[in-house]
Amino acid sequence: MTAFNGNTTKTGSAALATPVLSLGRRYWRDRLMLGLLASSTILVLVPLFIVIAYVVVQGIGALNWDFFTQELGSPTRAHTGQPTGLVHTIIGTLVVDSMALIIAVPLGIGAGVMLAEYPDHRLNPLLRLLNDTLNGMPAILKGMLAFALIVKPMGTFSGLAGAVALTFVMLPIIARATESALDIIPWSIREAGLALGLPRWRVILSTIIPAAKVGLVTGILIAFARAAGEAAPLLFTSFGNNYLPSRWTGWLFGPVDTLPQRLYSLAISPYKQWHEMGWAAGIVLLVMVILLFITARVTVRRA
Amino acid sequence: MAAAPSTYELVRRTPPLLYRWLGDRIFAVLVTLFGLTVMGLAISLAVVLFWEGSEAIKTFGFWGFLIGTTWDPALTLTFGTFPFLIGTVVTSVAALALSFFPALAVAIFSAEYAPRWLSHIIDALVDLIAAVPSVVVGIWGIFVLAPWLRDHFYLPLYMWAAESRPELLPIIGSPMGYGMTTAVIVLALMIVPFTAALSRDAIRLVPKAQREACWALGATRWEVIRMAVLPYARSGIVAGAILSFGRAIGETMAVAMLIGNKNTLPFDLFGPAATMPSVIINEFREAVENLHLSSLMAIGFYLFLISLIVNLLAAYIQRKMMVAGGRSA
Repeated sequence: MTAFNGNTTKTGSAALATPVLSLGRRYWRDRLMLGLLASSTILVLVPLFIVIAYVVVQGIGALNWDFFTQELGSPTRAHTGQPTGLVHTIIGTLVVDSMALIIAVPLGIGAGVMLAEYPDHRLNPLLRLLNDTLNGMPAILKGMLAFALIVKPMGTFSGLAGAVALTFVMLPIIARATESALDIIPWSIREAGLALGLPRWRVILSTIIPAAKVGLVTGILIAFARAAGEAAPLLFTSFGNNYLPSRWTGWLFGPVDTLPQRLYSLAISPYKQWHEMGWAAGIVLLVMVILLFITARVTVRRA
Repeated sequence: MAAAPSTYELVRRTPPLLYRWLGDRIFAVLVTLFGLTVMGLAISLAVVLFWEGSEAIKTFGFWGFLIGTTWDPALTLTFGTFPFLIGTVVTSVAALALSFFPALAVAIFSAEYAPRWLSHIIDALVDLIAAVPSVVVGIWGIFVLAPWLRDHFYLPLYMWAAESRPELLPIIGSPMGYGMTTAVIVLALMIVPFTAALSRDAIRLVPKAQREACWALGATRWEVIRMAVLPYARSGIVAGAILSFGRAIGETMAVAMLIGNKNTLPFDLFGPAATMPSVIINEFREAVENLHLSSLMAIGFYLFLISLIVNLLAAYIQRKMMVAGGRSA
């Protein structure tokens, strides 16, 4: 309340300090600011369309049947005009991302339930702080952690390590989203469940979580979209691979290609054909992320 | 009356105590375990990075590594992170300075001026910018933005300086397109949505009464914003800007693709430079020497410390806002 008053006082003094202007000039200034704000908004939003337009225009040519059915192979393959594509990258992305999702969803929802359903748990302030800390950390550090925890002991880059690195990216987002989704559910619903004689865990699992479903799904989708676009944690965990693995275990325990990391490698390579494939990979990645994003927004809108 | 189950019947039908008691215990333990995992991860991030980087920190000293200006993984194996620290701080500060006012403008326009349908669209688009993967921005920067900036800004400016102001040349640096300024522009572009979204949330938290009081005094729309809304939302906006700064510090891929990667000071305006994340990305996969790898891990540890400080600072400012405004209103 004190600070509230403090603010009002400051506002008052600001008003006093303002030289008295004619009404016309005040309206003129109002319109000027509106113009400035609107043009800044346009200035900020225009690059988005430029980026999307360039990616689509440059990449659409390389987005053919081979792109989805062939593996990349060595640079000579692209040079000599042999069919190359990114099928191993697309499958690798699906494998690594879904593995990460499988690990992160139960852990993240569990941590979120702890925050929201056990509000007087003694560890909660610390958990909230550490979760936010983890969320604020650069993704590249999470890749380094996964490198030290998984790649080093295993002695090899692997899809599993990539999935763990992405888990570190998703986890704090899911936990936070779960907490805020559960917080919205009024306590009276929990009390109603408890009054029926249901134990607390049944109340949470059978009434609270279904009631908060939309919020949970949105949080998971947003976390997924964030992680799906990350290249930094994957470069030294799943590493990348120009070929399809020879056995299915290769997806888990061998180096795996993923879209963002492949896009980076293609973009910094010296080959023109690979640059085109990079743009095409950009289209696939953008479409994937935007679809996830739109799904998340539509879910919210319908709730 | 006889058909309705008696109270006894109801109690008997509820699950046994063991199911409720044990189920609750197991659930609570499980949930706590998940929470502990998240906490453990955050702590192990610091511990592991420090542990892995301890060789470098021991060799060069905690401060020695931080202020060492030589980064030589090839011959002398001397490592110091100062050039990257400077690169990170300068690019992030410049990007924040460049993006703060446009982002604030978007937030004000969306929250105060725009009609509801338009502000929905603006919010969605701003969130969409945040969702565009860093590598996609990076590839656009490499093939479109950097060459364009080189041809239309860097080269003309460089030629002009070479002809009439040769003393400026060392400040301007090589105009090849991949360097500090390009990285700053792209970085600014990428943190705009964060600053905008967080400022917008802070502005929306301002109670209606605050605005109405100002309207009642006969203020114009802009005066309401300047005198009633912005002062009230100030701490939230500042916290949001600090969080965006933290984002900029950690932003890796687009910067690594565009900054040109030069590991020695001094950096100049248009010339290549490096940041802490960019050097990690560029050298981590090729580090053979133990000390080199350890030094990269140590850079990660310092990056962790910087991000931690930035995040805690933002949280502190935001908490102050909660106590001052959100609750009392």
